[in-house]
Amino acid sequence: MFTLARHELYRLFLSPLAWLILALSQLILAYLFLTHIDYFMQIQGKISAIPGAPGVTELIALPLFNNAATILLLLTPLITMRLIAEERRNDSFPLLLSAPLSVTQIVLGKYLGTLAFFLILIGLITCMPLALSVGATLDLMAIGSAIFGLFLLVASFTAIGLFLSALTKQPTIAAISTFSLLFLSWIIDWTGNTGESTLFSWLSLLSHFQPILQGDLHTKDIAYYGINVGFFLTLTIRCINTQRLS
Amino acid sequence: MTSPLLSAKSLSRFYGPQLAVKQLDFEIYKGEVLGFLGPNGAGKSTSMKMLSGNLAPNEGEITINGYDLLSQPKQAKAHIGYLPEQPPLYKDLSVTEFLSFCARINNIPSLNRKSAVDTAIERCGLGNVRKRLIHYLSRGYQQRVGIAQAIIHTPAVVILDEPTSGLDPIQIREIRQLIKDIAQEHSVILSTHILPEVQMLCDRVKIINQGSLVFNDTTDALQQQMQSSHILLTLGSPPDIATLEQLPGVTSIDAISNTHFKIHYQPDHNPTQIILESTVSHGWQLTALTPGQHSLEDVFMDIIQQETDQTKE
Repeated sequence: MFTLARHELYRLFLSPLAWLILALSQLILAYLFLTHIDYFMQIQGKISAIPGAPGVTELIALPLFNNAATILLLLTPLITMRLIAEERRNDSFPLLLSAPLSVTQIVLGKYLGTLAFFLILIGLITCMPLALSVGATLDLMAIGSAIFGLFLLVASFTAIGLFLSALTKQPTIAAISTFSLLFLSWIIDWTGNTGESTLFSWLSLLSHFQPILQGDLHTKDIAYYGINVGFFLTLTIRCINTQRLS
Repeated sequence: MTSPLLSAKSLSRFYGPQLAVKQLDFEIYKGEVLGFLGPNGAGKSTSMKMLSGNLAPNEGEITINGYDLLSQPKQAKAHIGYLPEQPPLYKDLSVTEFLSFCARINNIPSLNRKSAVDTAIERCGLGNVRKRLIHYLSRGYQQRVGIAQAIIHTPAVVILDEPTSGLDPIQIREIRQLIKDIAQEHSVILSTHILPEVQMLCDRVKIINQGSLVFNDTTDALQQQMQSSHILLTLGSPPDIATLEQLPGVTSIDAISNTHFKIHYQPDHNPTQIILESTVSHGWQLTALTPGQHSLEDVFMDIIQQETDQTKE
């Protein structure tokens, strides 16, 4: 299982895609990071007098993680699309299926490998706010909570992407459907906010991210992501097993 | 007789309503090369996929080295090496990287991993391409990497699905030699639609057509079936066909060209001697006289034809 995870991560870095995604996401986020800093510099004088005013963490680090969530939503489909769809397309899937591995191991291996890639990405993003600690005092707990939230969010994104990649032979279709589903789960929140029903809001992946980002760690949010990941991984395993039968 | 290494009982497989494999029995013993023949679409690949655990059968059971493939897949799969029709390769890896990954997923302990990879590379003649990316190798070499992948964990049974398809004649010869070498240490199931390949490599033959087994015997028995009852005759100044037909033992004559004839005779009355004497005494100017032999293709068609006739009756 870990062999597969390692292999998956290694192969990711063999393709230019992974490097490109790392580089471009850094570029975009760095730009956003700088605008946040600029904004903070402008209003620093005004808010310094107010007691209990938001500080560096609230005005720079947390918005950055919020932006990162959106960017990851766009990037995840690109990484997850190839997981199983490409194996099918290249006819390399039989190699894994005829090896002494269970389907669960194959799915978990691929999942963990991809997750490790996103951990690297999150790690790089975290470097930006941490660099501020040279000249400012950061609320490390709040940042930790934000990182944790981002991790949970990406874990769910990846599980969804993996499942949709298992459904098809075409990586592009996997990417588009993953993107649509993730996007839907993002905007569904808007209807949830305006309407009476909180169901849509509850369904939305991002609405559970907001409290964690603010430092509000609730079991229900963590459980929501946990269930999400478990659900989609189980579906993937079931799906691959059924494909062997039919 | 010892118990078979791999045995399958009454395997059936449907694709929707379409029957792909019907009640197939399969067994392979230690040190044996089993040829699995059939025209395209006969169900060869489907059977191979089922034997290797890539596809679950709708009915039947498969036992590999005493482990049931369906209830103990991990133990069972450890004893088979499988090369599908399309070699399953990660083309962005180098040969060594790919094989050591294969060694890892086949649970070869890290101590033996390097030697396992080296052995596989050596046996498949990949020594001078071991650092190259698989993507840039020729089709023949890719096929070898595929075979190396199948034998890296020294499985009891190696399943090769049309290993020589799509290769040029030289590569085909090399791959066949490689399969012969592998057969020294492993039992091999070889699926193919090329009949001479089976003649060259296999001890036993199974022929499948439209999902069911139509022939199951040794290669020698298949050769027996190839005994034929015709002579190919070429004459410089031939007589009428009618004259030839009147020779004792001759049942019918096909004129292939003006001077070239195919003479069919009754099985126990071989007219070769009589033809020879007649040509000399009548001055027909014999240029060639060849005892006919059914090609394996003919036998193949015959067997399939018989089977189809039987099912019609």
